[in-house]
Amino acid sequence: MKTLVVLLAVAFALESHASDRVVSAGGAITETIYALGAQDALVAVDTSSIYPEQAAALPKVGYSRALSAEGILSMKPSLVLVNADSGPTEALSQVEKIGVKVVRLPNEHTVEAAENRIRAVGSEVGKTEEADKLISVLREDLKVASESAGKPETAPKVLFIYTRGGGLMNVSGKNTAADAMIALAGARNAVTDYEGYKPLTAEAAVAAAPDVILVTSKGLESAGGVDELLKQPGLALTPAGKARRVVALDDLYLLGFGPRLGKAALELSQKLRASPGLAQQ
Amino acid sequence: MSSGIRRRRSLVVVALIVAAIGSVVVGLSLGAVRIPPGEILSILWGKLTGATASGAHDAVLWHLRAPRVVLGLMVGAGLSVAGALMQGLFRNPLADPSLIGVSSGAALGAVFAIVLGGALLPTLPFLHHAGFLPVAAFAGALGVTLFIQRLASTSGYTAVATLLLAGVAVNALVGAVIGFATFLATDAQLRTLSFWTLGSLGAADWAIVGIALPFCLGLVALAPFFAGALNALSLGEAEAAHLGYAVERIKGLIIFLTAAGVGVCVAYTGIIGFVGLVVPHLVRLMIGPDHRWLIPGSALLGASLLVLADTAARVIVAPAEMPIGILTAAFGAPFFLGMLLRQRRKALWS
Repeated sequence: MKTLVVLLAVAFALESHASDRVVSAGGAITETIYALGAQDALVAVDTSSIYPEQAAALPKVGYSRALSAEGILSMKPSLVLVNADSGPTEALSQVEKIGVKVVRLPNEHTVEAAENRIRAVGSEVGKTEEADKLISVLREDLKVASESAGKPETAPKVLFIYTRGGGLMNVSGKNTAADAMIALAGARNAVTDYEGYKPLTAEAAVAAAPDVILVTSKGLESAGGVDELLKQPGLALTPAGKARRVVALDDLYLLGFGPRLGKAALELSQKLRASPGLAQQ
Repeated sequence: MSSGIRRRRSLVVVALIVAAIGSVVVGLSLGAVRIPPGEILSILWGKLTGATASGAHDAVLWHLRAPRVVLGLMVGAGLSVAGALMQGLFRNPLADPSLIGVSSGAALGAVFAIVLGGALLPTLPFLHHAGFLPVAAFAGALGVTLFIQRLASTSGYTAVATLLLAGVAVNALVGAVIGFATFLATDAQLRTLSFWTLGSLGAADWAIVGIALPFCLGLVALAPFFAGALNALSLGEAEAAHLGYAVERIKGLIIFLTAAGVGVCVAYTGIIGFVGLVVPHLVRLMIGPDHRWLIPGSALLGASLLVLADTAARVIVAPAEMPIGILTAAFGAPFFLGMLLRQRRKALWS
């Protein structure tokens, strides 16, 4: 029986290895594949792979944490790249058992994890040099971002609000992607009392007294624009609300920790400091 | 009893057996990976005769699809039979296994495993990560059910009305605990949790089938022995006791079998709603309320329905997969309503 399974595995591997076929289950992984110029091998992505636009046209294997073994196998992949927390674990181990290589990549919100992911994707798709180049550009951008930051005590206090419409607004505390990005942009998170996301409350927003409110572009859209967003209880009373300092950046760009991490941190840093009336404070 | 209903019953049971076999054929034939029917036959023939396998399709069929179909049969039959038992025991058409806390208990265990599992696992080295969730869900299902039964029992007598109300109250309490865990959960844990509550047979492999088999089989194979008692119970508890049934022992056994059988199903598949409630009603509409026919009929229809729903779940958004709970409700509910309306029209005409 065991030899049978091994034989099968070999048969499957041989059959599919002829063409390099990659399935990516992670927005940042997909983005990295495109950034490395290896997109020709990409045959399917997950639902979080929304950048670049061409990726959205590929077949979807579902949500990264609810993958289907047969669904992945139907794409005849030779390589499956997933986030460390993708799953279910059973589905992924079934794919592995049938002889397809599954590589789990780090997806913590740190520069180190972002670099490791680029390096790992690069070596898996045979683009090591391109990966090194990408990493050095990323480092350069991050360096510029942190140099332009100035003194920590004058750094603007930023309140990140995550919303997907329906009036539900969540504010990011410590240990979130937004918190890490705010730090990389040389600013301070206005909320440090808790970890993760908690619903926005009027009093907590006033108490946090942010200089700038940061949102994702889609979030701002779903909230109905800057005017509607500032009508949320409490926000109008904050320094950011009074001066209408709202910065919006694209979801995956801002929070994805993908190959555009350096650019995003740099742009965030510049936008935060270009906010009207902030310099005088 | 008229010979008309007897003939009708036999016809329906034969039709249900054919449907179950048909659902297995459909379940094995369809999926994200296209395998021609001829190849499926030759692979299955090869498995029977022990011949060497032909390639990649063999692995997909034998290691992914076949265990899913078998798990689907077991879970569908188990949930439906449990529903029939509960409706009979409570003499209430709205009863289903979730009423005695099986689903909420399993959900409690699952939440516990998903939200606190990471922090807790190092202290429980005998459990590996993937195995923790089903164990916790099963323990939760059994624990909460037995707790509810305990609440409703005094000196060996279980008051069914109290059992029902205690079930409602404890379900609400468990809901609060789950809500609190949800409040503590991270985004990733929340999404895992919400997918779990929609159900999936995606975890199926032969090992899981092997673990769940004795529990499901225990429930489905032993349930018919309670048919006579449940028929008598429909007259009332005192009447059933006068007819010679050990009512209290039967109540306890039914609750335990249901908790164990459904608990293990839910542990591996998450919550698949609707099946346990509606399948027995569908069968009752077809062949009447006699439990001797209702229980096997529910097992057959539930098994076919779940295998077909899972096949649809695998196919309609391939290569992704739809949570099966959405499908059982979306297809089952209109079908059920249609049968109800037809029944009403018949009643008006006669």
